[in-house]
Amino acid sequence: MDAHIQVKDLNVYYGKQQALKNVNIEIPKNQITVIMGPSGCGKTTLLKSLNRFLELTDGTQITGEVLLDGQNIYDREVDVTEVRKVVGLLAQRPSPLPMSIYDNVAYGMHIHRMKADRKDYRAAVQHYLEIAGLWEEVQKRLHDPATSLSIGQQQRLCLARGLAVEPEIILGDEPTSALDPISSQNIESRLLDLKDQYTTVIVTHTLRQAKRLADYVIYMYLGEVIEAGSAQEVFNNPKHERTRAYLEGQI
Amino acid sequence: MGFLRKKYWQRRHLMEAFMKLVMRVSLVIVTGSLGLILWIVIVRGLPALSWDMVTKIPEGGYYMGKGGGILNAILGSLYLAAGGTLLAMIFSVPIAMYLKTYLGDSKWGNYVRLSLDVLWGIPSIVYGAFGFTLMIALGLRASLLAGIIVLGLIELPIMTRAMDEVIRRMPVDLEHAALALGSTKFEVALRVVTRQMLPGITTAILLGFGRGIGDAASVLFTAGYTDRIPTSLMRPTASLPLAVFFQLGSPYPEVQQRGYAAALILTIIVLAVSLGSRWLSARLNKYTVK
Repeated sequence: MDAHIQVKDLNVYYGKQQALKNVNIEIPKNQITVIMGPSGCGKTTLLKSLNRFLELTDGTQITGEVLLDGQNIYDREVDVTEVRKVVGLLAQRPSPLPMSIYDNVAYGMHIHRMKADRKDYRAAVQHYLEIAGLWEEVQKRLHDPATSLSIGQQQRLCLARGLAVEPEIILGDEPTSALDPISSQNIESRLLDLKDQYTTVIVTHTLRQAKRLADYVIYMYLGEVIEAGSAQEVFNNPKHERTRAYLEGQI
Repeated sequence: MGFLRKKYWQRRHLMEAFMKLVMRVSLVIVTGSLGLILWIVIVRGLPALSWDMVTKIPEGGYYMGKGGGILNAILGSLYLAAGGTLLAMIFSVPIAMYLKTYLGDSKWGNYVRLSLDVLWGIPSIVYGAFGFTLMIALGLRASLLAGIIVLGLIELPIMTRAMDEVIRRMPVDLEHAALALGSTKFEVALRVVTRQMLPGITTAILLGFGRGIGDAASVLFTAGYTDRIPTSLMRPTASLPLAVFFQLGSPYPEVQQRGYAAALILTIIVLAVSLGSRWLSARLNKYTVK
């Protein structure tokens, strides 16, 4: 397997409570990896360890390594803003920035000074809105507030905004759970379209969504990785009793 | 009606009716006082309010003179309050940002907040005396500059704490959204927090301005008083609160009436600035996330 991310001996504590126990996994490059498991099993914690979002919560302790193309993102010398530029996040609920639709997409490119002039920014904004499947709907109202969009459109805007900083990895923290079925389907098909170009890691609690999206599956239970493997293996022939029980709906 | 009929005599319904009454009475007292103040100022001040009052400087001295106007005090107050507000802004915006971005609810953060609250509560005459001591130490005389510095000091804690309270209500999701794109905390503060909180920050600045323009005791020692229009930072200047104070203290009823007219002008300025900033923050509101 061509691993893009390697997690080694990762332990995470919130205060005294241990949220992740000795996690060792590899995440394949340019495929969709789905993290599954019952509520409170540490899915989101594992996801947030990948873009160093865990440290935003006070009292979090992290030991172990997360290697991105061989570099440990928790190394002292690492610039956290660079990590988050390479590892994009699609949050559970879309949260557009307090600015226009256009500026939302341009924001990340501006702070990283990625383009030379106004024309390049404009072209890039259009490009990423097209990729997110939003351009048609917003091209005539680019300077309207982003909050004037529907929730489903906002999530696609957040996707465009995230892609605009040219990440290699997309993290999705239950990215469709706040959306209606049609918007969910829309986001899912975007993620499938993009999977050849990005390493995608999605947390979900809907088994059907996992089956639709996953190339690779990680099953977690109570802070531990119980099973990890290709989607075919895990769904059709789970090795572990717990995984089988989950897939059959017993937990 | 059957069993759904409201039972007014029930304790919880009586309680609600009573509390509603208490709230309404409080509301009437507050708005009533404001109305009464405005009424007195208008009834007593309006007869003396003339075009001369706002376009001329006093004739025959501010204490005794019955002619001319109070342009010196109007301009003086505008300069003093605008200067003080600007000075306070220069320091309060970074303090509020630092409190939010780096100190948060830590021990140090709360220590800074406590200090600001204490400063807020100190009477302005104490600031005046403090400013006076400072002036003597620096060899400064009563001047527009000294008045601006002291007003800036008075406005600083008000503005900072008001901003702090506003900025603390920043939705955490928004910050995280910006951080997830690789922003530094400073970029989040500068580009996202200020945009989201602009209406609240405007209100905080207005609170400071209102306190600054209305304050008499602090400028008494530090800015002095003069019949002339201020032309230099280093010279004394008149101010509206002191124009009210001196003219009301005059033995002549005509001059007292001019004091009420000065109070009316001060009220109109504060009202105009409030309405103006409300209009402004409604426009700035366009992009904020509710």
